[in-house]
Amino acid sequence: MTTGISKRIYKIQFALLSPDEIRKMSQVKVITADTYDDDGYPIERGLMDLHMGVIEPGLKCATCGGKVDECPGHFGHIELAMPVVHIGFIKEIKTFLDATCKSCGKIKLTEDEISSYRERFSQLSLSNSDPEVISLMSKKVTDEASQRMVCPHCGAQQNKVILDKPTTFREEGIKVTPKEIRERLERVPDEHLVFFGLNPEVARPEWMVLTVLPVPPINVRPSITLETGERSEDDLTHKLVDIIRISQRLRESRDNGSPQLIIEDLWDLLQFHVTTYFDNQTAGIPPARHRSGRALKTLVQRLKGKEGRFRSNLSGKRVNFSARTVISPEPFLSVNEVGVPEKAARELTVPVTVNVFNVESIREFVKRGPDPRDEFGKYLAGVNYIIRPDGRRIKITSQNADENSKRIEPGWIVERQLTEGDIVLFNRQPSLHRMSMMGHTVRILDGQTFRFNLAVCTPYNADFDGDEMNLHIIQKEEARAEARIIMKVQEQIMSPRFGGPIIGGIHDHITAMFLLTHNNPLFPEDETVHMLSYLDIDRMPEPVVKNGKKFYHGRDIFSLILPEGLNLKFTSKLCSGSKEKCEYEDDPADKFVYIVDGKMLHGTIDEAAIGSFSGEIIDKIFRKYGSEETSKFIDRMTRLGVGFISIRGFSTGIADYDIPESAIARIEEISAQAIERTEKLIETYRNGLLQPSPGRSVEDTLEIEILSTTGMVRDESGKIASTFLGLNNPSVIMARSGARAKMLNISEVAGMVGQQSVRGGRLNRGYYGRTLPHFKVNDIGAMARGFVKSSYKEGLNPLEYFMHSIGGREGLVDIAVRTSRSGYMQRRLINAFEDLKVDEDLRVQDTVGAVIQFKYGEDGVDPTRSDRGETIDVDYHAFDVEQEVK
Amino acid sequence: MAKFNVLQHELVPEHHVVPKSEEDKVLKELDIAKDLLPKISRSDPAIKALEEIHGPLENGTIIKIVRKSPTMGYSVYYRVITSEVFK
Repeated sequence: MTTGISKRIYKIQFALLSPDEIRKMSQVKVITADTYDDDGYPIERGLMDLHMGVIEPGLKCATCGGKVDECPGHFGHIELAMPVVHIGFIKEIKTFLDATCKSCGKIKLTEDEISSYRERFSQLSLSNSDPEVISLMSKKVTDEASQRMVCPHCGAQQNKVILDKPTTFREEGIKVTPKEIRERLERVPDEHLVFFGLNPEVARPEWMVLTVLPVPPINVRPSITLETGERSEDDLTHKLVDIIRISQRLRESRDNGSPQLIIEDLWDLLQFHVTTYFDNQTAGIPPARHRSGRALKTLVQRLKGKEGRFRSNLSGKRVNFSARTVISPEPFLSVNEVGVPEKAARELTVPVTVNVFNVESIREFVKRGPDPRDEFGKYLAGVNYIIRPDGRRIKITSQNADENSKRIEPGWIVERQLTEGDIVLFNRQPSLHRMSMMGHTVRILDGQTFRFNLAVCTPYNADFDGDEMNLHIIQKEEARAEARIIMKVQEQIMSPRFGGPIIGGIHDHITAMFLLTHNNPLFPEDETVHMLSYLDIDRMPEPVVKNGKKFYHGRDIFSLILPEGLNLKFTSKLCSGSKEKCEYEDDPADKFVYIVDGKMLHGTIDEAAIGSFSGEIIDKIFRKYGSEETSKFIDRMTRLGVGFISIRGFSTGIADYDIPESAIARIEEISAQAIERTEKLIETYRNGLLQPSPGRSVEDTLEIEILSTTGMVRDESGKIASTFLGLNNPSVIMARSGARAKMLNISEVAGMVGQQSVRGGRLNRGYYGRTLPHFKVNDIGAMARGFVKSSYKEGLNPLEYFMHSIGGREGLVDIAVRTSRSGYMQRRLINAFEDLKVDEDLRVQDTVGAVIQFKYGEDGVDPTRSDRGETIDVDYHAFDVEQEVK
Repeated sequence: MAKFNVLQHELVPEHHVVPKSEEDKVLKELDIAKDLLPKISRSDPAIKALEEIHGPLENGTIIKIVRKSPTMGYSVYYRVITSEVFK
């Protein structure tokens, strides 16, 4: 590998290729539109002529004599029968035709103007000043010249030239042929080119009209041999074939004096082919197509857009030492670990440089070969390749392992297979924030999938419905150290987005901790031991003896996983809404979770305590004890959660949403009342008696009134339903603890689905004056506008189902639109910010050194360490100190 | 309509002209060359308002901006007048 700078760019010059230059750099004049003869040998002076390079092994380049990998390829050229304009310079040609005289070719400015402008142009020399300034100046000058309708030099009358997109120019409605255009451009004197921003030393305007076309080397457009032995040519070759064919026909027609009409048709056709050869997506031209109907990928298409050379091959590249497969959960792994299937581990390697200290142990390593196992058949890391100091790679097989192990000397590099404890990078796309790529330590597991702890789903935004993720093996010591210190999962627990933990319990973890601590239940000894067997903790909490048997409090079990010395007081999610006494607290003190010296005294652990995004306990452990302790807490919490909930069992079914007949009747009654009330509202409106609310039209007032009526019944029915569904209902447990779903979802299942909406209003689109033909025209009653009075459990009738689907579709479309838009916005932000950096003084600068901010964020605060954006949590520290003093 | 002074608006931070005599001191304190300071277009409404008070300001004049900050109380920022127009 080379280090340091081998070449530095001194300057970049943009110029036009002159026909002479094209001929000079060409190795062969291509005259035949054919590629290979019947024997599969390149035809001389054809498009695959050996002078333009070789792509087949065995053949030698006729120009440089190089073999396949040695010859860089050489250009050829095609002499066009008639000139055609270059699609990339249409705008420039137009400016020239507009600003210069049609007969004498001089720029249409008076001598005085010319000398005064020349003065100003000479001040900014063409090669050293800002191109934007030059183009602005030149636009001003050429615009002025274009206004003149009489040439100030020769007095010739001028005509307006109109560009008939994409490639035709017309003067007074008559077509100006490329040949005429070229002649005109030839007349423009060198001294006047500076006003157009051209440097006459390297560019003449007439070179924008092509008479000779360069043919790119074969390496640029290789042909592919299919399995059947058939040859398939590159799109560019196809296009060049077309160009040569038409050029030939045009030459013949011209030479044997065919009618002007035919010649013009052929000329236009040649123009079309040359245009599409450059850009096959030119506006106003149908794209040239392959036989199969697929549009050809020509020069511009190769470079442009997401799949183009720049974004796809230069900004982004495919990498070695990486793996991709489906992901699945594994609660017994730490958040810092990732399970790697054996198959992947055998392929992925880490290079180890041999030195005098490790040479013996490395020899042992190599001796194992590429597929070693221990005496129990378990995976052991082997060696795939060894690299000699001269860079030659030797593949290790079980046959040559022994022999090669003896050859190893200091200075060799050994590519060792992945082993447990290696640090690797793990990533899921879209990589929207820095937590999308984190460092994990490797565990080799059976199976075919990558596995990780469920708490890490949140930062990756992963689930297991078929998601795949990528794994990258770090190849250098520095990178490994960096990954360990700053990229490891435990270092990423705090999010810079909101200054709180982004890694924490989800779903069942929250449900489990809730059930474990809510009302502080007692668990018999055997169950407690079973739960604790999931943990690496070997002490039991204080028992409570009842009838001679030992029992343990849920909160005491939870306290085991808290670090010693933790003091914390906060409101649980369960009680967060209530001011005085929460409906679910027996003891008023229970409203607050109270933790003193790592012992949980009262309260309920739920989303507010251990959830990702909100987990107060995780947050405070991280601040007081750091990343190591926090990751341990999360590991234990998730394990205890799984241990507990698999003993207790947790599920929900349709019967969990049963409410008494009387309640159902009551809900039906209120929904009937609501429909009636809307009818009445509509009637008042129809009678013109509805009073508009301030600042609204009568129609708007009606809509809002109806919406609030239907909204009210939904809330009402939800209330009725939830009075019968208490904290012994699994769904309610999930909703109240914050594990999954909201109370609203439960009331939709048990009570009523309610009003459906599109864009914040009732449904009103579809047929003329109605949503469906089942309603009368102009019926604006509740049912006709998407009110769903059934519950999910009861089932929706077809009309309601349709309305519900309309509302649901809006959500889906919204998501699709939002993701594509925010994706593009992010791309632009990243491109704008990519070269800003923060220096030691917290000053934000760009690559030039220009200051963006004098202090990062104007206050120098790292949002990751802030308390949800605030500077400090005074209450917590006061409580902590108070408890510590005691 | 009475002419409105943008600097009086609540959401516009304080703008001060740094006197020529103090420029060196400010640049030394920041340890930076003048051309690396952030720029402010002379077409900026705040500059126009300042010119009403101080008379015409030439390019290269340093403007001190004091912004309110919830975490710091206030934060100081410097910008240099240029005739560039930012789009």
